[in-house]
Amino acid sequence: MEFLSDIASLINSTLRISTPLVFAAMAGIFAERSGVIDFSLEGKMLMAAFVAAVGSYFLGNPWLGLLLAIIACVSLSMLHGFASVTYKGDQVVSCVAINILIIGLTTALAAAWFGQAGLTPTLNEDQRFLEVNLPFAESLRDVTIIGTIYSDILSGHYIFVYLAYLSVPLVFWVVFKTSFGLRLRAVGENPSAVDTAGINVFAMRYKALAINGVLIAFAGAHLSTAVNANFFREMSAGRGYLALAAMIFGKWHPKTALIACLLFGFTDALQIRLQGVELPAIGEIPVQLIQALPYILTVVLLAGFVGKAIAPNAIGQPYIKER
Amino acid sequence: MVSPILELTNINKSFGHVHANKNINLTINKGTIHGIIGENGAGKSTLMSIVFGLYQANSGTIKVNGKEINLRSPKDSIINGIGMVHQHFMLVENFTVLENIILGFEGELVFGKNLEKAKKDLKDLCDTYKLNIDLNSTISDLSVGFRQRVEILKSLYRGAEILILDEPTGVLTPQEVDELFKILRSLKEEGKTIVLITHKLIEIMDLTSEVSVMRQGEMVGHTKTENTNKEQLAEMMVGRSVLLRLDKSEVKAGEVLFKVKNLTVKDDLDVTRVKNVDLEIRSGEILGLAGVTGNGQTELLEALSGIRKVESGEIYLEGKKVSDSQNFLDPRELKDKGLAHVPEDRQRMGLVTDFKAYENLIFGYHDQQPFSKSSVLNHRDIISHSKKIMEEYDVRPQSPNLITSNFSGGNQQKIILSRELNENPKVLLVGQPTRGVDIGAIEFIHQRLIDMRDRGAAILLVSVELDEVLSLSDRIVVMFDGKIVGEKDNKNVTDRELGLLMAGVV
Repeated sequence: MEFLSDIASLINSTLRISTPLVFAAMAGIFAERSGVIDFSLEGKMLMAAFVAAVGSYFLGNPWLGLLLAIIACVSLSMLHGFASVTYKGDQVVSCVAINILIIGLTTALAAAWFGQAGLTPTLNEDQRFLEVNLPFAESLRDVTIIGTIYSDILSGHYIFVYLAYLSVPLVFWVVFKTSFGLRLRAVGENPSAVDTAGINVFAMRYKALAINGVLIAFAGAHLSTAVNANFFREMSAGRGYLALAAMIFGKWHPKTALIACLLFGFTDALQIRLQGVELPAIGEIPVQLIQALPYILTVVLLAGFVGKAIAPNAIGQPYIKER
Repeated sequence: MVSPILELTNINKSFGHVHANKNINLTINKGTIHGIIGENGAGKSTLMSIVFGLYQANSGTIKVNGKEINLRSPKDSIINGIGMVHQHFMLVENFTVLENIILGFEGELVFGKNLEKAKKDLKDLCDTYKLNIDLNSTISDLSVGFRQRVEILKSLYRGAEILILDEPTGVLTPQEVDELFKILRSLKEEGKTIVLITHKLIEIMDLTSEVSVMRQGEMVGHTKTENTNKEQLAEMMVGRSVLLRLDKSEVKAGEVLFKVKNLTVKDDLDVTRVKNVDLEIRSGEILGLAGVTGNGQTELLEALSGIRKVESGEIYLEGKKVSDSQNFLDPRELKDKGLAHVPEDRQRMGLVTDFKAYENLIFGYHDQQPFSKSSVLNHRDIISHSKKIMEEYDVRPQSPNLITSNFSGGNQQKIILSRELNENPKVLLVGQPTRGVDIGAIEFIHQRLIDMRDRGAAILLVSVELDEVLSLSDRIVVMFDGKIVGEKDNKNVTDRELGLLMAGVV
């Protein structure tokens, strides 16, 4: 029985840990499918975490904090678009600039407003999102298997966890079953074909970036107003980059990107679980090695294990019409 | 009674300092096939891109069916019944035919009813014009000829009454050209108007009823096709009389200078692109290698010039083995042994386009006397050499200090040619010598190649222009799917026969 509950809690934490990765990967899919590289997922996630925490603290409502985070992230996406779509700058440089800016900005603003470098005040229960208990979760708990799955794995997560996994089929539907999705994919593959079809290439890319900004805001709000009750310095901790890797590993496809996110989330959940555990024959594994597991996995996966990842054809290239 | 469907008045367009279209006036009559002919850079494509709304004219008016229209984007043109098949197809390669065609004209937010209707309409259009396209195939699986049909179908579906085709035959085999012309004629019979942009005189004579000639951004003449001939049109295009047929002496082939035995070459993706190829070129002859783009010619040329690794087989220069899969000479060593290479892609491999002309004129020879002494470049000698050679090869403008990218395609090619020919190579490998080069320069380049041959060089000419292969070569081999599928003596071969070989039919 203890084994079963171990497994259940491992899956439970996998779902939770993967949540920001899923949002970020979906956000990345929109930007990159439209032909715009988005390395700035990391910076935007950090920005969202900061704005959501500060917003909820001052306004007393986590939803308003989330709304402000969305506005902030969409603005950053527009900034990225302004530099790399309208003014045809280097997309990677624009992203790196955003990432560096946000690390400094959040730390500095926290220091200025709250007197602590890179730390915002702890949010009380009204100011943050709480765990959602699904109906009948308590009464079903003792039913074997079903109880474990429903009450221990599915129930008791933050709202963002559910939203993240709902966003995946939604993104799939938008990208592959709507005319917007067709245009989105086309503009990342061959913008000239889109232009000659009478569609504005720049407008398409801005729309994609706007959606990207909304999605990534959820990832940041999840970190600072749900799993944690405040913002702390560099709290995104490379999740934006990990999500980007998951998206590439998933070949810019929502379903496979989800699987990659879950895999990364699982190794992370596993490493937390394995810390201090004595394994037969091997003994205790050094913490550092275990913590490195998700990153080692990223490198191994991206270094050819999954085969060639074929990026959208026009990715990273600003659209230039007149020669 | 003919009525004008498209009228252009005083169209002007500049890109920076280049005045690409100067006061263009053009009237196209409904239901005709109208040819627009001119050399590369004459402004034909620019003009048609303005009509399609892709570029905006600096001044001038455009009328469709007598009504003045304002074209801000291709959408406006499409609404007014103008469609365009671009030289480089505007297709998303990993989309299906259907997805490409409905793009921008989906008619619904979520795919459903309209998609079914589109499928039906497209099937009807395919039947009417005998296009024979499977809507569900992916573009990357289609041949170039079929991709072009998809473009035509796309325009028709979007309601085109005027269909502009920009250099449509450049990438087609002669058989595919026949098919295309059949389709265009049946479009005309259905009352569509077709504008054909080309630099090939034979297509104008074949297909059009009216023709307009452009030269250096200006419209220099309009005429009914039946009232003119190729020579007259060529003269209007170039502004002087041109020799359309080459004077070539009888071949005096000597010993074998260059020999390729059982050569196999792979590309960067590890796909075998050249399969067991045998070639022999003698002194004093030009061997033409014909074939549709992408059948292994590029990889063959790269392997022969030492740029690409040989997978198996051997290459001999003057009877001595220079390359096999184990030992091979690099391009520099091959050059020292008398092999020169004019690469297919001149801007990528033949030149550093951001460098000045004189630098490109000595590349590869820059470390030789008198250009450099103990590793220091001798600027004065380089400039004087450049001036001399630019005059000899008629490179215009004759300014060694000009950045290479500012020269026209033809003059860039002359820079490469003069550099490689100046050393009097024994073996010359030439890829697409006149791609993107205007008629006047083509004549010059061809004459130079003939001169080299008469001086005893062995020349391999790789070209996708069948006319060029036919007019220059003494012997012709055809490459298809990496293999040599046929060898013909130039005296008794027709372009039909070669076309069948190129298509892999025989």
